[in-house]
Amino acid sequence: MAEITLVEAVAMAQARAMQDDPSVLVLGEDVGKDGGVFRATEGLLARFGPERVRDTPLAEGLIAGMSVGLAAQGFRPVAEIQFMGFVYPAVDQIVNHASRLRNRTRGRLSCPMVLRMPMGTGIKAPEHHSESMEAMFAHMPGLRVVIPSSPSKAYGLLLAAIRDPDPVIFLEPTRLYRAVKEEVEDDGEAAELDRCFVLREGTDITLVTWGAMTRETLAAADALALDGIHAEVIDVATIKPLDEETILASVGKTGRCVIVHEAALTGGFGGEIAARLADKGLLSLTAPVRRVAGWDTVMPLPRMEDMYLPSVARILRAARETVNYQ
Amino acid sequence: MRAETDIGPPDLDPNHYWPLLRYLDKAGAAIAPLSEALDGRDRLIPLYHAMVLTRTFDQKAVSLQRTGRLGTYASSLGQEAVSVGVGASMNKDDVLLPAFRDHGAMLWRGVTMVEILQYWSGDERGCDFAGPREDFPVAIPVASQAPHTVGVAMAFQLRRQKRVAVCILGDGATSKGDFYEAINACGVWSLPAVFVINNNQWAISEPTRMQTAAPTLAQKAVAAGIAGSRADGNDVVAVRDAVSRAVEEARAGRPQVVEALTYRLGDHTTADDARRYRDDAEVSARWQEEPILRLRNYLVGRGWWTKADEEALIRDIRAQVDAAVEAYLAMPPQEPAAMFDYLYETLPPSLAEQRRLAEDGDG
Repeated sequence: MAEITLVEAVAMAQARAMQDDPSVLVLGEDVGKDGGVFRATEGLLARFGPERVRDTPLAEGLIAGMSVGLAAQGFRPVAEIQFMGFVYPAVDQIVNHASRLRNRTRGRLSCPMVLRMPMGTGIKAPEHHSESMEAMFAHMPGLRVVIPSSPSKAYGLLLAAIRDPDPVIFLEPTRLYRAVKEEVEDDGEAAELDRCFVLREGTDITLVTWGAMTRETLAAADALALDGIHAEVIDVATIKPLDEETILASVGKTGRCVIVHEAALTGGFGGEIAARLADKGLLSLTAPVRRVAGWDTVMPLPRMEDMYLPSVARILRAARETVNYQ
Repeated sequence: MRAETDIGPPDLDPNHYWPLLRYLDKAGAAIAPLSEALDGRDRLIPLYHAMVLTRTFDQKAVSLQRTGRLGTYASSLGQEAVSVGVGASMNKDDVLLPAFRDHGAMLWRGVTMVEILQYWSGDERGCDFAGPREDFPVAIPVASQAPHTVGVAMAFQLRRQKRVAVCILGDGATSKGDFYEAINACGVWSLPAVFVINNNQWAISEPTRMQTAAPTLAQKAVAAGIAGSRADGNDVVAVRDAVSRAVEEARAGRPQVVEALTYRLGDHTTADDARRYRDDAEVSARWQEEPILRLRNYLVGRGWWTKADEEALIRDIRAQVDAAVEAYLAMPPQEPAAMFDYLYETLPPSLAEQRRLAEDGDG
């Protein structure tokens, strides 16, 4: 079993899905010979040919819209949007068609497509390449929104997303693409969608996060452990539909919660989790729920991106204040 | 004839490069000989029936809306030849991707009047067509069905099926990037797709000259490297000829744009009042060109249609429409849980609670 990066796991999952199911197609800008600008489709063209691995014209609305047409016809398109900052022309197709085709035809047509894209900051990329807009997709009924946090989760969750009968927005944290290597077996085993993963068990405080922020959050949990504070760390993974049971059960145990995300604070998905805790977990709380998030600013250009990204120190400060709350 | 490879000078004459195909003049006289494939009682009378049915249905739908028994409705008054002509040019196993004013094409392909009424009453079940199961439901966001057409056509190409995806769009839709992105991609991949532009000359209150400086919409195909043509959209013979040829070209891997030039005799929808922006005199003049009378005059001139035929047809169609309206009005409403039951193949547990609340009437 080889140690691979997250981006290699993404390519491996697509290859596996294409091998197992002839209806799986890969399409997007530069996904063919170039193997994708991040190499997330590396090797697929050589293995599966230009009919199933299709370089498209530079048109995101087309990429999403043609995926809707292919999916309605029974194919399983896995489409790449090159960066999240360029997804907006495709949003019309996602919100007006992909997410509602099954519903508006009362099940006659459906849309088993995956729209993959890199998300988030941390690689010093140019303007428009670093935003985290997962909450925008989470607000759209009929979608699944999935964010892996490691190579093995990327492999398992992407396989599950491709096999899912409904549209999935699959957001790949750019910062994690090559940050770590992990042993991932190409066994075709999908991970479970619609559920949170408990990355670390603890009794004193629940830290809820997803995607790349799992790294800083786990680092914060390590630091807290040195002080004898046992943090439970939850990787939400599928933010829509939300597995609130796992979060409520954890906070029921710890009585404290800090939510960490990279996206801007206001309207971020942390607000939804905090609201669910207020609605269904209030009596188990012994401290207010805190959110550590990106600032409500325009995403800065790369020279200031480190000042935008929630740091381990910010997470630690919020966690300590929460634990010490009287 | 238009030379596809000879684009000509910048001041190109659209009538030279994109001549308007027409067989019947305003009065219904043949101005060009109709080929055997286009002419004949058995070919033309079904088109006439379908156009009369479409108009009768349309009028009934508008009156249902006016009396509070239907939601906002988009009439196709005056554009029956485009809609019916497209439907009649497709094979049964081709796929239609309509805009929201294409009742004639949908009816021709087997969508029922009850389903269309259901949809416009605000009931999703109207898009669960019992007939053409693979046809797309109407697209409300303008031109958004054009990229779907690319995907459907690619599916046919991948499966080596000799099927065609046919998209109908309005003149306003050609101003959108979706339209260009779609025809451009079809050109790149030689997809079996036809884009029929129902140019009714008005996008709500904006006439075509406010949409584009291009003298024709068909010529937009040139930029995508595919063929474009024009037909008189009030001459069902011309529409059928132009679209049939386009569909067969597309079936051979040559995607096409067809502009059918017609006129919106009615309001944009029942929520619109076209008198705010359009002269009555213009509309009255356009009534002289409308497609149904034109074909009837031709049929009568050929001795294929009599007053008795007309009366029998009207009686028959009224009965069909009345029966559809009765069936539509008798449909039981959907249960509140239906909002949840088609959202995903399997309802996620987190939504089960909301479904229960909706069922309990906690609206």
